[in-house]
Amino acid sequence: MTTVEENSGPVTDPTSDYNIFDPEFVRDPYPTMSEIRESKCPIAHTDRWGGSWLPTRYDDVVAIAQEHEIFTSRSITVTASPLRQAEGPYAGIAAPPITSDPPDHHWHRRLILPVFAPQSVAKYEQGTRDLCNRLIDGFIDKGEADAGTDYAQQIPVRVISAMLGVRDDMADEFVSWVRGVLEVGLTDPIVRLENRNKIINFFREELADRKKNPRENDLITDLLNSGDKYPVTDQYVLGVCNLMLIAGIDTTWSAIGSSLWHFAQHPEHRKQLRDNPDLWPTAVEELLRAYSPVTMARLVDRDIEFQGCPMKAGDRILMAFPAANRDPRQFENPDEVILDRQHNRHVAFGSGIHRCAGSNLARLELRVALQVWLERIPEFSLVDPAAVTWAGGQVHGPRVCRVRF
Amino acid sequence: MRVRVDQDSCQGQQMCSIAAPEVFGSDELGHATVLIEGDLPEHLHAKTRRAQANCPEDAIIIEE
Ligand code: HEM
Ligand code: SF4
Repeated sequence: MTTVEENSGPVTDPTSDYNIFDPEFVRDPYPTMSEIRESKCPIAHTDRWGGSWLPTRYDDVVAIAQEHEIFTSRSITVTASPLRQAEGPYAGIAAPPITSDPPDHHWHRRLILPVFAPQSVAKYEQGTRDLCNRLIDGFIDKGEADAGTDYAQQIPVRVISAMLGVRDDMADEFVSWVRGVLEVGLTDPIVRLENRNKIINFFREELADRKKNPRENDLITDLLNSGDKYPVTDQYVLGVCNLMLIAGIDTTWSAIGSSLWHFAQHPEHRKQLRDNPDLWPTAVEELLRAYSPVTMARLVDRDIEFQGCPMKAGDRILMAFPAANRDPRQFENPDEVILDRQHNRHVAFGSGIHRCAGSNLARLELRVALQVWLERIPEFSLVDPAAVTWAGGQVHGPRVCRVRF
Repeated sequence: MRVRVDQDSCQGQQMCSIAAPEVFGSDELGHATVLIEGDLPEHLHAKTRRAQANCPEDAIIIEE
């Protein structure tokens, strides 16, 4: 990977030259994914952005996710980072468990799972509801708001801050650091490195503080104290904090944003949920399927032929969960949002040993954010559909999304 | 009909408890547990099959 200019140019054949940062693909990736999926090469390849493979069929994506020995998580970003060797003072700090492979992955994941079990995240429901109501209080009288920046963007960052026990007023900075890593940083390694260092510097101080002043019911304190069971190091705890920001903010914010964008255009779906509140859990799964925000990557461990594709050691594979979730071989009418879809084996949270550890929290935030919005603002529409802006690459969702009510 | 969860495959997706909350719960790691010992009552059969179909890890085993 070199510069944005070199990688941009027009795409003629997406099966051999797709560009995940093409503005049209960023806005609406589904037609291209479908074109690739139904072509003779459902696992496409591109030389852009350091080169990658793009499987688009459900069965292929799941098979790769399950084969973690061949398809490793040594690098999970959708672009190659030329600065990887030069990650400055924090080169050794990864983002466990997402970047861990077995055997360490098991305990890296084991340690954080209890925090995210359904019964553990339930205690964040009321706080999330209050937060959503406060945000809406701030703009409801104006008759217009940005469902992206005024609402969706504000929620996950504050829930994560509460979980990590850090100051609430860090929200804007966290958001800007995460975007620096996950959005701008994907095509600009300098920005990525700067923001990564800001995150880790911030948490170094938090760790130092928790060592001096341990707290009750505090994730950082608990992780630091789990050393009697596992070889927990500061690097591991820093890595987990880093991951909580990277994995928990942009992702959930994008899911909330896409869902509001959808509801703004579908009054019949707003009504369906008003009339059948029992439908919420099923509806949330359907929105996650149809607007899956996250694409991960894997690095191929050794030369291998997969479904006829000659993959080489070190090749990057994009785990296109959004493409898998729109595969007609797995889902009837995949491009349609069917809020009461009964058969929904979606993989928005991934599959296999790395599947999202935070999914129960994400589901809760998504449900509460949408419920509160629809309670308070039952009728609303997009101010200008063409003015909605989108982020893409690793995480897909609307950023500016003005609505009128 | 009886049901169990293969704990080696379960990744805690919790799609089972969304499809059939009467049948599936969660342990302290978020992995699925079965809430009903022995035979499942008739009216839960369809839901339980749906839970099985929706589990992305093929972790739900039904014995009839
Ligand atoms: C709608 C929101 C979210 C989506 C769509 C999502 C999606 C994903 C996906 C697809 C993976 C799999 C990664 C892979 O296969 O390499 C993943 C992993 C992970 N996610 Fe999420 N995520 C969301 C929210 C969250 C939240 C709120 C948290 C926690 C605060 C979180 C924490 C994690 C962690 C810790 C992992 C790594 C698990 C492992 O490697 O064992 N995620 N997520
Ligand atoms: S849906 Fe499958 S993987 Fe998920 S908790 Fe249930 S049994 Fe486990």
